[in-house]
Amino acid sequence: MSVLVDATTRVICQGFTGKQGTFHSEQALAYGTQLVGGVTPGKGGQRHLGLPVFDTVHQAVVDTGATATMIYVPPAYAADAILEAADAGIQVIVCITEGIPTQDMMTVKTALTGSASVLIGPNCPGIITPNACKIGIMPGAIHQPGCVGIVSRSGTLTYEAVYQTTALGLGQSTCIGIGGDPIHGLDFVACLALFEADPHTEAVLLVGEIGGDAEERAAAFIQTMTTPVAAYIAGATAPPGRRMGHAGAMISGGSGTAAGKYAAFKAAGVKTIESPAELGIGVAALLPNRLI
Amino acid sequence: MKLHEYQAKQLLREAGVAVPAGQVATCATAAVDAAATLGGEHWLVKAQIHAGGRGKAGGVRRCQTAAEVSAAAAALLGQPLVTAQTGAAGLPVNAVLVETPTAVQRELYLSLLIDRTAAQVLILAASAGGMEIETVAAQQPDQLLRAAVHPSVGLQPWHSRRLGFALGLEAAARQQLAQLLTALYQLLRSCDASLIEINPLALTNAGDLVAVDAKIELDDNALFRQSALAAWRDVSQEDARETAARAHDLSYIRLDGNIGCMVNGAGLAMATMDLIQHHGGAPANFLDVGGGTTAARVAEAFKLIVSDPQVTAVLVNIFGGIVRCDLIAEGIIAAVREVALAVPLVVRLAGNRAEEGLALLAASGLALHTAQDLAAAADLVVTMASRQRAQLGGRE
Repeated sequence: MSVLVDATTRVICQGFTGKQGTFHSEQALAYGTQLVGGVTPGKGGQRHLGLPVFDTVHQAVVDTGATATMIYVPPAYAADAILEAADAGIQVIVCITEGIPTQDMMTVKTALTGSASVLIGPNCPGIITPNACKIGIMPGAIHQPGCVGIVSRSGTLTYEAVYQTTALGLGQSTCIGIGGDPIHGLDFVACLALFEADPHTEAVLLVGEIGGDAEERAAAFIQTMTTPVAAYIAGATAPPGRRMGHAGAMISGGSGTAAGKYAAFKAAGVKTIESPAELGIGVAALLPNRLI
Repeated sequence: MKLHEYQAKQLLREAGVAVPAGQVATCATAAVDAAATLGGEHWLVKAQIHAGGRGKAGGVRRCQTAAEVSAAAAALLGQPLVTAQTGAAGLPVNAVLVETPTAVQRELYLSLLIDRTAAQVLILAASAGGMEIETVAAQQPDQLLRAAVHPSVGLQPWHSRRLGFALGLEAAARQQLAQLLTALYQLLRSCDASLIEINPLALTNAGDLVAVDAKIELDDNALFRQSALAAWRDVSQEDARETAARAHDLSYIRLDGNIGCMVNGAGLAMATMDLIQHHGGAPANFLDVGGGTTAARVAEAFKLIVSDPQVTAVLVNIFGGIVRCDLIAEGIIAAVREVALAVPLVVRLAGNRAEEGLALLAASGLALHTAQDLAAAADLVVTMASRQRAQLGGRE
């Protein structure tokens, strides 16, 4: 059916009364997400969009039974918001905020080690289970319930993948945007494991990018899976060394290039997709019985 | 954001790290004054640019007289310096660092950086200093020493013991290494650096550890709380178009091809570049106008793309998520009229109100081509670009 979120997921919004929080809360409500309230420190007791506002995540959890949160607070305060949500026992923490200092995320990542909370993001479009639960900034209308699990480091490129799978009538089980920051929460391997355990996900479309070694680690994990995976890597033409320091690119053992990542996927027997115009038909090739 | 060597060394000196005596100068006269202030009989005049490989490119000059210092500074200042890391155009030298040379017994390598996978600070060290660390990693991987620092535990005495013994340092130098690592780790954390690299770290004839060269890179995301360091940004070391782009919240990187690209979202922008190459073309730039862009930002992006004389065709690829394609279409129409676009334009709109956007473009009377399909758009722009180039070539 789906992974991590479904129609029963009770969601709150941190940064609820801000411009971004308000806009995307309205969108989530319109989509049918069970948004049950929000948090803005100092505005507890008020109502916003017809829902209760709380001063703290802890109070919101007690009063609403929320198990998921979407975070739209500014970069300087976002790490604190994630840590507060984790301590309050929120299971699925989705942080949309872009531009969080890397060292703040280093602290967050360390603090979440061993925690029962799952962090999606930051700097991500969020997570959506079509027609059930939308937590994030993705356009709901392009999604369609279906059989492809999508996991991606990108935003609009994820929409492209969704759009193409919808156009082919395949639809999506759940789409997870894990975010483009160097240090982030849920990684490809964790998402692949979730999709592998989901009986309704018949194939996975993995959309990677240059930099780091997350795709190489994913390739190793895919060899243990029974659900087939197709993979595309963005950035084959990107100039080297523009985002990462030299030493940073080097520490992961020469990995980080699109060529290296494709080679890892091919060696693992993964269906590789060379053109972003073929994301849909690439994953469809894994599902011969699905296409008419 | 990168710092210059002289800026990095100022931070190191303030943190208690031994660096060579030196002064920065922006003209030959000031360089001679700096040498006089420093005293001694030998000086190094080092070009200050945001790239390595300066030594081999003639950007570091050893001088024995004031006249030589003057000549070296005059030769370097105001000229672009081309190194293996700068690209063919090089980077402008607007300052030189005049330094007292260090009497080196051994050269080591030391760096601290954020390991993105492990989410912790990693210390790298090697006995072979002066070499590029990538070369060491490729040729002598067993020579590369690593020690990770747990973020909540911090630097511990064992880090410097482990590295000090492995580097073959004597007791006094090991003691200095411990102090050095403590200073560097605190500096990395306090100034939100993503990288501090000391290459080479010299063991002097006197048995001291001295940071002979230094490179520091700061986390762009943290500049809001590092305002003093953010003010050190040297835009002369960056592509002028990239600087202009940043002022308008656009992310732009110049490439070598001839097809200008404008895309919303970094991942889709990279994918669009790939697509152009996949269809036999070459992208002129990476340009991300942002996931939720506006008509005004689209107009600025257009001006930026066509300011590059290499561009012989433009591909716009917008996936309307929250952003409405009809509003983007209005921005494109206004921008094309304003800049009097002289090269072919292909616009691909998909998603939110794409039909309406494409209809607006068609009704505008402008000579542009539209597509909804990604592959078709790429094919079209590659064909138009090579045709345009052939026409331009014929005129010359």
